[in-house]
Amino acid sequence: MQSFVLPYTAVLSARFRMILQYRAAAIAGFVTQIGWGAIRVMAMEAFYRSTSAPQPMHLEDVVTYIWLGQALLGLLPWNPDTEIRNMVRSGTVAYELVRPVNLYTYWFSRSMAFRLAPTFMRSIPLAILALLFFGMQAPASPEALLFWLAATVGAVLLSTALTVILSITLMWTISGEGVSFLVSPLIYFLAGMVIPLPLFPDWAQRVLDILPFRGICDAPFRLYMGHIPATEAWAVLFHQLIWIVILVAFGAWLLSKATRRLVVQGG
Amino acid sequence: MPHILVDNIVKTFRIAQRRPGLWGALHGVVRREYRAIRALDRVSFELDPGELVGYIGPNGAGKSTTVKVLSGILVPDSGRCEIDGRIPWRNRIANAANIGVVFGQRTQLWWDLPVIESFDLLRDIYRIGSGDYERARDELAALMDLEPLYDVPVRQLSLGQRMRCDLAAALLHAPSVLFLDEPTIGLDAVSKLAVRDFIKRLNRERGVTVVLTTHDMDDIEALCDRVMVIGHGKILSDSTLDDLRARVTRERRLIIDLLDEGQAIEDPDVTFISRSGNRVHLQFDPDRVPTAALISRITAKYAIKDLFVENPPIEEIISRLYDEHELR
Repeated sequence: MQSFVLPYTAVLSARFRMILQYRAAAIAGFVTQIGWGAIRVMAMEAFYRSTSAPQPMHLEDVVTYIWLGQALLGLLPWNPDTEIRNMVRSGTVAYELVRPVNLYTYWFSRSMAFRLAPTFMRSIPLAILALLFFGMQAPASPEALLFWLAATVGAVLLSTALTVILSITLMWTISGEGVSFLVSPLIYFLAGMVIPLPLFPDWAQRVLDILPFRGICDAPFRLYMGHIPATEAWAVLFHQLIWIVILVAFGAWLLSKATRRLVVQGG
Repeated sequence: MPHILVDNIVKTFRIAQRRPGLWGALHGVVRREYRAIRALDRVSFELDPGELVGYIGPNGAGKSTTVKVLSGILVPDSGRCEIDGRIPWRNRIANAANIGVVFGQRTQLWWDLPVIESFDLLRDIYRIGSGDYERARDELAALMDLEPLYDVPVRQLSLGQRMRCDLAAALLHAPSVLFLDEPTIGLDAVSKLAVRDFIKRLNRERGVTVVLTTHDMDDIEALCDRVMVIGHGKILSDSTLDDLRARVTRERRLIIDLLDEGQAIEDPDVTFISRSGNRVHLQFDPDRVPTAALISRITAKYAIKDLFVENPPIEEIISRLYDEHELR
């Protein structure tokens, strides 16, 4: 067993360590995300002040939701794995196929590090700042904290599965810019990073409930603040699990199709 | 059973045709036209364990495609191919554990990591036991003087250093076959010699089967007894190097740097090819006149600064082979 997972954990941890070296990028991202978070909070405060109608979420919850989103922004699967992109463009991807490993699992490990490492670096200091100074609340209860943690694991897997699919499309499109261009606004919007999902109209909720994107930010965040009660936590986790299975199966199928028609760039 | 069996492999690529200019680009968005390129056209050969074969041909001839089919990266349209009884693209993972591959133009090392960390990662990826790993690594390091490079990030290596590390990386798991796709491309003379020397020892001392693609005739001359020439996806010739040369051309080049620009060299056994400044290119047949005799005759007669003898460049041998096969 240990020897089976070894290649995958090794590549994950190496990538993780590699990304941790990029401190300047982390600091820049950190500053940007605080700025954006402040703007989003101000917009929401203005919105809540201008209406007297009852809203599906309290303002304090919205603020917490926004800061959690800023802290965990790195988890959003908005672009293909840059390392795989470079490999496809340069043709180095040929080496990926001469490794005695399952290519899907291998890329899943790479992409997981690609999502986790930058998030890991930014999220903790950002969350501490937001908790101390920007009105972010602590978890609603120890139970809420636990379910939030579990749902965050699900969110990481979900996000990684989507990232791998985006990366595999590179085998057709090579550049991947078009994919990021199309996918990133969609993901931001559907995951609840523009407007918190509970503020969407009822008809939209029915669609959002089916789509996988709710499981990346919205549902875990609301578990954290108790907006989704602990009794419904299992439904959230189950929803994530189903989508993880579907997206992993689809990604593995897509990759096997991609490698069958592979043209390695540059001779 | 041969170590490597390639039998009637065909591989076609579909290439999207682009028309020139803006209008052409727009046209391409609406309707794409494809052109089929037959990269491998019924390629067949067999290799025995421990053979060191040179695989040569011009750009786009199908060399890399063959290596990629053998490595399990590309799936051919038809034909049979086995390495140690395994079909590379069907048993890709088992085959990958048994072969080593170096693509000279690309590195398999992690760009931002020190060399030693790339090696350690490969140990984990190939699931090499730590005892075997350390033995293989230390042996390779001793052969190619790698230890001083261990802590250097790969991006800071010179091309020659990188190639030595890449060769080691392909061999840590002790594969029985090594595919080298242009391993000396862009290297300086010293690095080329080091790489050649290493490949030779690897083949002689450890019996690793080596398939070497190259544009460098000197690589072939230094290393390979057997040479396969591929052109337009077809194997044009499969023989020893001497046989190939003898069959295609017996000529040698004599290049002379004269001290005095005005001079003309005349000798009954040489043919004049070209001249630029005080450098003169001549051609002769070593069967008609021994090289040493010719050189001493010319040096006695003319004031010469420098002089050297070359084989005709590989491109010329290939192009003659092409003519022979009416491929032009």
